[in-house]
Amino acid sequence: MRLKFSALMLGAAMALAATAADARAVKWARAADALTLDPHAQNEGPTIAFNGQVYEALITRDNANKLVPALATSWRLVDPTTWEFKLRQNVKFHNGDALTADDVVFSFQRALAPTSDYKGYLANTKEVVAVDPFTVQLKTNGPNPLVPDNLTTVYVMSKKWAEANNATKPQDFKNKEENFAVRNANGTGPFVLVSREPDVKTVVKRNDTYWGRGGSPLEITELTLTTIKQDATRVAALLSGEVDVVQDVPVQDIERLKASPNLRVTEGPENRSIFFGFDVGSKELASSDVKGKNPFADVRVRQAVNSAINRQAIQRVVMRGQSVPAGSIVGPFVNGYKKEYDNVSPPDVAKAKGLLAAAGYPNGFSVSLHCPNDRYLNDEAICQASVGMLGQIGIKVNLLSQSKSLHFPALQNLKSDFYLLGWGVPTYDSDYIFSFLYHTREGTRGGWNATRYSNPDADKLIQSLSAETDLAKRNATITQIWDKLLADQVYVAIHHQMLAHAMKNDINVPVRPDNIIFFKDVAFKKS
Amino acid sequence: MPAQANDPVAMMRRRSRLAAIMDSDLVYSFLHSRITIAAAIVTLAIVLAAVLAPWIATQDPYDLRVLDILNSHNPPAWLKGGDPQFLLGTDDQGRDVFSTILYGSRQSIAIGVMATLFAGMLGISLGLIAGYAGGSVDAVIMRAADIQSTFPAILIAMLIDGTSRALFGEQRNEQVVFWVMVLSIGLSFWVQYARTVRGSTLVEKNKDYVLAARLIGIRPVKILFRHVLPNVVGPVLVIATINLALAIITEATLSFLGLGLPSTQPSLGTLIQIGQKYLFAGEWWIAIFPGVTLAALVLAVNLLGDWLRDALNPKLR
Repeated sequence: MRLKFSALMLGAAMALAATAADARAVKWARAADALTLDPHAQNEGPTIAFNGQVYEALITRDNANKLVPALATSWRLVDPTTWEFKLRQNVKFHNGDALTADDVVFSFQRALAPTSDYKGYLANTKEVVAVDPFTVQLKTNGPNPLVPDNLTTVYVMSKKWAEANNATKPQDFKNKEENFAVRNANGTGPFVLVSREPDVKTVVKRNDTYWGRGGSPLEITELTLTTIKQDATRVAALLSGEVDVVQDVPVQDIERLKASPNLRVTEGPENRSIFFGFDVGSKELASSDVKGKNPFADVRVRQAVNSAINRQAIQRVVMRGQSVPAGSIVGPFVNGYKKEYDNVSPPDVAKAKGLLAAAGYPNGFSVSLHCPNDRYLNDEAICQASVGMLGQIGIKVNLLSQSKSLHFPALQNLKSDFYLLGWGVPTYDSDYIFSFLYHTREGTRGGWNATRYSNPDADKLIQSLSAETDLAKRNATITQIWDKLLADQVYVAIHHQMLAHAMKNDINVPVRPDNIIFFKDVAFKKS
Repeated sequence: MPAQANDPVAMMRRRSRLAAIMDSDLVYSFLHSRITIAAAIVTLAIVLAAVLAPWIATQDPYDLRVLDILNSHNPPAWLKGGDPQFLLGTDDQGRDVFSTILYGSRQSIAIGVMATLFAGMLGISLGLIAGYAGGSVDAVIMRAADIQSTFPAILIAMLIDGTSRALFGEQRNEQVVFWVMVLSIGLSFWVQYARTVRGSTLVEKNKDYVLAARLIGIRPVKILFRHVLPNVVGPVLVIATINLALAIITEATLSFLGLGLPSTQPSLGTLIQIGQKYLFAGEWWIAIFPGVTLAALVLAVNLLGDWLRDALNPKLR
């Protein structure tokens, strides 16, 4: 009897030991934190990437960018303007509430609210209705074949929870408002929020009742996101074993980390382009010594900036090869991209000076450049290098680099004359770029158009895209729009960004073009 | 002039004045401390190099037109891949590290000196007033000093810097930042002067010469600055020297934290901050050379301050 008992104990201990070896806590470091946990307040990469551990959308993308079911098991067109989604059954929110069609309808309506930053994903939505507890229909004003592609980052919240906590409207981020959902979260995802200290650390633990447990290994018991802004400190934390995964490896440290036998480095292109934007619409630039007129309103000045930027030098020196020089802000992953858009002519100081002189600024002018210093790879260094290049053609740039939590509100409140921005395309379609960055700032569109650019012809064509079912015709319109917009040069593209993640040897997370790490898919390598 | 130069009385008088200076305790103790001489030489060399930067430097690192990013990350000239044009290598923007150190020291020293002067003027005035007036004026000034001394200097500097950011916003250019730095560092160091001067003033104000001056009807301001101040200036000089070193360090700290001068016009702290990003990549020269310069300057100024304190304190002899 006693022998049997101790054998049993031994077995239990061994089982425990086995699970302890397989499963463990993981520390994840990044330069920047999620700006908010409210899933509809800020359409921003790191925010989406973190919230994606806790919240889920109806549809997601696999590592090959293919749409795959998440909270919806299937979707189909019922008629040309109605998409129907069948919801997964037996899905529970972290607080125990069951997921129903009401939650999905609520979430979509929330994402369409005035303070939402996700309106662009649902532009042209007429109404969202719950047909039965597990069926949702999304009706559009015109036929829109790309509705499913637009839904991968529209996360689903619990209606009951939001109502009970007075968080039915998204946080008004740019006016610094807060609501309950900013520091608390209740999703259906693989991880449950444990604690949140903005810009310091956020802890989530494994959701043991996660519906997708069979499909994903879900071996991480606890995941801690630590914000380490300093490049060298972040790398040092990985080298010393303090953190397990660094999502944004500084380009200058990739070689060093690759040489370390205990670490793994994964690399890949991101679906994101980095570029400068100009205020082309204001009467006068607040930061410029030119008074009474706006130099950037003249396309020749924008072209001069374009000619002054030495993209090859930025790629070689600032990015150490981790970028693809770009001529337009649309990248190779995006539908509507054309290789010739990236044919950039070499920098030409004489030509740039000529353009400036022709525009009436033979001696240049001064202007402030807003630049983030914790968002994109070497963002501040790109700005600094460009300040030098623009100095050579006589544009004296006063560089204001600051954290993204100050930079982004400055753009959204139209407080910038000249700025650096990076734009990722979760929908993989040009319409997303048009709608957010080029369309006049009104209604559900133009949310990130800080240029004040307004082109009614282009707007009309952009609106026609979401009602065009003939894909060939639609693509022809996209090309037509790009031709119009690229001629106007309201943005000067620099490059398409490449990424590197670094991690301990027993973890292997690939670089996805959307720069999201799905930690539920991590399976520790047994050694 | 020639007539005067040949005048034997004038010559003798001049020689004797020089002899008197050479004969003084201060010079004696200076000439007999090798460390102090070395510190003075180092300080003088760095200050001279900074002042003469436009003539010594091989490049004007603040002139964006001469920078070429393709020259960036060059190692020092004597290493493999080095370019003799860039003696100590280049930073991530193609700035010559040697030239940038010269220009950066210029900024650091200028801000340090101005901040020390500002703190000194403020602290001495308040200390004199507090000590001489006494009563509630004294209480108010000294309690303000007490409260401020509970905050670390760097925190006060950061507060003022942050406020200026909110106030100036877009208009925050190099000139504004320079004076904001002077103000924020100066304001965080005035307390020590005020306390010392107040203490000495309390002692001096009841001495006979002050009483006599008051008796013949000299205005208090004149008494303070003409009669009391010269007698309390010794300890102030010591504090000023040590504060200069502290001010330079504070400036470097603020710049390192990204709160100082814009990154297009690096000071020593900014350069170290840029350099530390590339330490893992093996590009040590961007951080090390400015770091060594900063350390040498601060150490030398501190040693001078120490010597001055000992030399001016009769009780230590």
